[in-house]
Amino acid sequence: MRVIACAKYAVDVSELRFDPSTGEPILAGAKMKLSDVDKRAIEEAIRLKEKHGGHVTVLTVGPESAKMGLREALAMGADEAYLLVDPLFEGVDTLVTSLVLKKAIEKLEGFDLIICGEATSDGYSSLVGPRLAGLLGIPQVAYVKRIVEVKDGSIVVERDLEDGYEVVEVKLPALLTVTREINEPRIPPLPAIMRASKKPMKMLSASELGIPSELLGQDGSAVQILEAKAPEIKRKGVIFEEMPADEAARKLVEALIREGVLGG
Amino acid sequence: MAENEVWVYSENKNVCLELLTAGKELSEKLNVPLASLVLGHGVKDVAEELSEHGPNKIYLIDHASLERFDSMSYAAAIETIVKQEKPKILLIGATKRGKELAGRLAARLNAGCMSECTEVDIGDDGSVIAKRAAYAGMAVATEKCKSTPAIVLLKPGRYEKAPSGGKGEIVELSLEIPEPSLKLIEFKPKEIKAVRVEEAEVVVLGGRGIKKREDFQMLEQLAEMLGGCVGCTRPIAADLGWYTEWVGLSGVAIKPKLYIGVGVSGAIQHVAGIKDSKVIVAINKDPEAPIFKSADYGIVGDLYEVIPELIKALKEVSKKEG
Ligand SMILES: Cc1cc2nc3c(=O)[nH]c(=O)nc-3n(C[C@H](O)[C@H](O)[C@H](O)COP(=O)(O)OP(=O)(O)OC[C@H]3O[C@@H](n4cnc5c(N)ncnc54)[C@H](O)[C@@H]3O)c2cc1C
Repeated sequence: MRVIACAKYAVDVSELRFDPSTGEPILAGAKMKLSDVDKRAIEEAIRLKEKHGGHVTVLTVGPESAKMGLREALAMGADEAYLLVDPLFEGVDTLVTSLVLKKAIEKLEGFDLIICGEATSDGYSSLVGPRLAGLLGIPQVAYVKRIVEVKDGSIVVERDLEDGYEVVEVKLPALLTVTREINEPRIPPLPAIMRASKKPMKMLSASELGIPSELLGQDGSAVQILEAKAPEIKRKGVIFEEMPADEAARKLVEALIREGVLGG
Repeated sequence: MAENEVWVYSENKNVCLELLTAGKELSEKLNVPLASLVLGHGVKDVAEELSEHGPNKIYLIDHASLERFDSMSYAAAIETIVKQEKPKILLIGATKRGKELAGRLAARLNAGCMSECTEVDIGDDGSVIAKRAAYAGMAVATEKCKSTPAIVLLKPGRYEKAPSGGKGEIVELSLEIPEPSLKLIEFKPKEIKAVRVEEAEVVVLGGRGIKKREDFQMLEQLAEMLGGCVGCTRPIAADLGWYTEWVGLSGVAIKPKLYIGVGVSGAIQHVAGIKDSKVIVAINKDPEAPIFKSADYGIVGDLYEVIPELIKALKEVSKKEG
């Protein structure tokens, strides 16, 4: 089974700081890592290979530094990785990102399954997977929390929707987006990390993918971010600690009475 | 042709009513008709009902292939009519099904799509502008979409439901629609709670610090005393299945008078869903837990000691008040 996992090397939101005077994120030098759920997409692709044989390719659209993320994916067990990198791929919307992924996938040897994360940890749009499936004209199943069975020419999956769990069968080739709950990604042991440095990692630019520049960058993006600011949140931060539980509980109740939030 | 119209669609009728409110504002600003799409099989009654809540038109596509929601056949149907009628804006409810549909549709139409929006408006230059949470809810971004149509995924619960009034024209369209590409094997419905956590004034919210399902009874008791209800973090619902819905970025957003997080670490994805609460209280045994940074009041301690004491202290207060 040939599986492609698409993963973003994203800003680590838990470490992101905001400029207190402007409220804007400090992106220069911000810590980055494989987006949480996308890492699970990679893990699931590797598990499929381990169970059914085949080949795992990992794709990412991102900056040079994303090589770190791809190395991690190779160490986890992916067979090859592609970094789709070009100044024209930076700061683009989901329309452009999915176009770049599509062009790269068309250069590969074919696939049975594409796995994406349900959403990235920084952008959180949930759009790239369904967009990519739409561009490739293949069926999609989003929010997959479990792969139930791989059959000949199809796959059965269970997905998590607001009102229930849906078990569906879809013909291959298809695209899945997976949830955070699908697996717990492995931490590669040292020898695997060493071996990963010998696995193929290729870089492809806009011209190598044959995408005209007007379809890329800000010109190609349909959605533009005008501003992103963290609203100032003022919280009181009164902490009751180092006292017996009954005393802390009484103090809390007194405070809540003063706040006027107890009783109708 | 319906060039420049504002269209709304959600597979969920209540969300659709909210979209009609947002859509009405836009269509009035642009001075164009507002239309609602209704897709399905045997859904004329839904079209009738929605037509009485403000749209000028309903585009009804009633087809056997649309019996069950399938993002592929639904996207194909909407793609066809959008290409035919050329609306300016398509508002879609940002439910899971809605996002899956909108992404695919946007690709088919080569259109821009703004996801998870909380507000939508028309800019001075006539472009479609929306606000949404960015960086896992830590920031608010303002985005602009320059494509036609502009697709906007609007989060449920942000606009009031459109009141009844008027009577829109129902336009029934017949289209060729591909068969659903997913074969349904089983649907296991989630039980829907009677009190919805997003409507509660007080939310006692449990996280992984709670070791056993039975221990949630303690929180239920506390919530009942405070006139509120119990919610939980994503792992409690999605990994353990103790509740069906969770609070946060990927779950529901709440804005109660009082939030009490019990054994909740305060991951940013969770805090994204509680930050509009009036008063935030955290109970956690780890003084370094990030939740304390977002809290008005906190108790550092073992929840298994603190919660019984809190229940006791509340009982004393209510006794005094008689
Ligand atoms: C894309 C994405 C979306 C997500 N969306 C959401 C979302 O919408 N909502 C959400 O909740 N999460 C979401 N998450 C998950 C989130 O990152 C955290 O993993 C989750 O919120 C942690 O849940 P928790 O606080 O219950 O558990 P933990 O992080 O495990 O925290 C448990 C806490 O309990 C405390 N504790 C343990 N024992 C006791 C005790 N006896 N007494 C007192 N305290 C105790 C610990 O100190 C700890 O702080 C998302 C993650 C991703 C990647």
